[in-house]
Amino acid sequence: MSALTFTVKQETAQRVDMSPLVCQLLKDMNLADIAAIELQNGKRKIRADELFEITGSDTQNIVIKNSFAKLDFIAKGLQDGNVTVVGEAGAYLALGMKSGMVTVNGNVGLYAACEMKKGLLTIRGNAGDFLGAALPGNKQGMKGGTVLVKGNVGQRAGDHMRRGTMLIEGNAGDYCGSRMIAGTIAVMGYTGRFLGYAMQRGTLLLWQQPTLSATFNDCGSHTLAFLPILFKSFARLDSKFAQKSEAFSRVQRYGGDMAEKGRAEVLVRLDRRAAQSNTAFSAVNFH
Amino acid sequence: MIINGVSIDETFAEAFPMKATRAIITAQNEKWAMISAQAMTGFATSVIACGCEAGIERVLDPSETPDGRPGVSVLIFAMGGKGLAKQLETRAGQCVLTSPTSALFAGIDEGLQIPLGKNLRYFGDGFQIAKKIDGKRYWRVPVMDGEFLTEATTGRVDAVGGGNFLVLAESQPQALAACEAAIVEMKKLPNVIMPFPGGVVRSGSKVGSKYPALGASTNDAFCPTLKGITKTDLSPEIESVMEIVIDGLTKEDIDKAMRVGIQAVCDLGAENGIKRISAGNYGGKLGPFHFHLQEIMA
Repeated sequence: MSALTFTVKQETAQRVDMSPLVCQLLKDMNLADIAAIELQNGKRKIRADELFEITGSDTQNIVIKNSFAKLDFIAKGLQDGNVTVVGEAGAYLALGMKSGMVTVNGNVGLYAACEMKKGLLTIRGNAGDFLGAALPGNKQGMKGGTVLVKGNVGQRAGDHMRRGTMLIEGNAGDYCGSRMIAGTIAVMGYTGRFLGYAMQRGTLLLWQQPTLSATFNDCGSHTLAFLPILFKSFARLDSKFAQKSEAFSRVQRYGGDMAEKGRAEVLVRLDRRAAQSNTAFSAVNFH
Repeated sequence: MIINGVSIDETFAEAFPMKATRAIITAQNEKWAMISAQAMTGFATSVIACGCEAGIERVLDPSETPDGRPGVSVLIFAMGGKGLAKQLETRAGQCVLTSPTSALFAGIDEGLQIPLGKNLRYFGDGFQIAKKIDGKRYWRVPVMDGEFLTEATTGRVDAVGGGNFLVLAESQPQALAACEAAIVEMKKLPNVIMPFPGGVVRSGSKVGSKYPALGASTNDAFCPTLKGITKTDLSPEIESVMEIVIDGLTKEDIDKAMRVGIQAVCDLGAENGIKRISAGNYGGKLGPFHFHLQEIMA
């Protein structure tokens, strides 16, 4: 069976709610039924075949081609199955995803992996603000699974994050790990201002020395036994994180946020710490 | 059946069902992993009075351990699940948590999950950190030498305890030498432990006693000094009997260990004073697993 493929015919002026086009909702549906699904497009509804050319039949393996940044809620609540996005994705990518695998070849918008529970989300481009965060008003963000971003991420990555792993090969914007409850965020690039703001528990694993607020205290340099196990778990990923040369266990440990519970930690790689400070680094903006 | 002049009795060893788990202890080097493992498996020769039977299964290469450090795997057996969980937790807390540079991991993934470091984390007094990696929960407990890393749970499986065979020899040194040779070979096998001191027990027991309070007492039929005054199972030339007890994760593991051990004893043969191989047969009173010596050696 070939993958169920949605190829965008023409980009719309208004945003599109893609949440009906998710594997578990399309199961056992034929192409005619899928074509007739109505999608919210701004104020009006449009048929799926009005926006997409639909081919293939494997509903557990969905491909969205020519995707653009106004396609929101792709793979919302995904339960098993694969979703591949060729192009960009809009806001709320993989919102509340329960399991399965989502891969986006381009950039994605706000709130990707928001309240995600399990599975693997790979973003080959950049991600917008509030990656893995909680919906506005909610108290818990991402609760499990792995998010891999090959590019940069915006502000407030991991805001209210509860559990899971967020791997960022590029830079992270301001307030990375803000109000984080627990979990792990690893950033190979630079991090912005207010790192770990009001962070309660959890780990920020950094390759570059950050600018830390006065409410994070230096706990000294340490060799931590859990790090080799953590890096071993990255081995299956198509990522720099899987490279043995990037693994380390020797870190400088900072505890904080002392203005909050103070049980969180920022671990900074020690063996090849970047010589240059990133104080000149400002917020990452790309949208 | 006679092998190299050693007579193999037409009898069987009786064994009983147990619950078991495996833990992996790692440390900065093999020396400290072994020290911790020896402490954890100390005073664990028999469930009669120790609460569990435990032993070192084998030394692990760094490539075999979860954290890439030298390690030792230990097996712990108990009569019931609750007893096993209690012994595991107590021993992990007092012997591994306390041991410098140690870390503790599950050695069995399947089966019912029982606490390994799940409750030891409270030693961290609120400073402990949980990490869930690849579906497994770990606890990082701050201690004075750095951090004690432990997996939260380990798997509990059904197992078999009390597999055994007796070595009957013309002298005490010859019996001991034969048992030592057997233990060397048996220790090469996975999934089994020989829980008694050095793997050998000289005080084999029978079920029951003339004293009502005791459930087991000396196996007088195999005591050489009682040959003339009890219903003995020994011929005149037998001066010493020693037993090797085996606990294994499966019946097949014990089968294999007994075969390897008995073969090692028989290799020494009658010329080294080894006369017979027998087994602890309690007439079906002890347990449902029967290991027939001649079938095993066939």
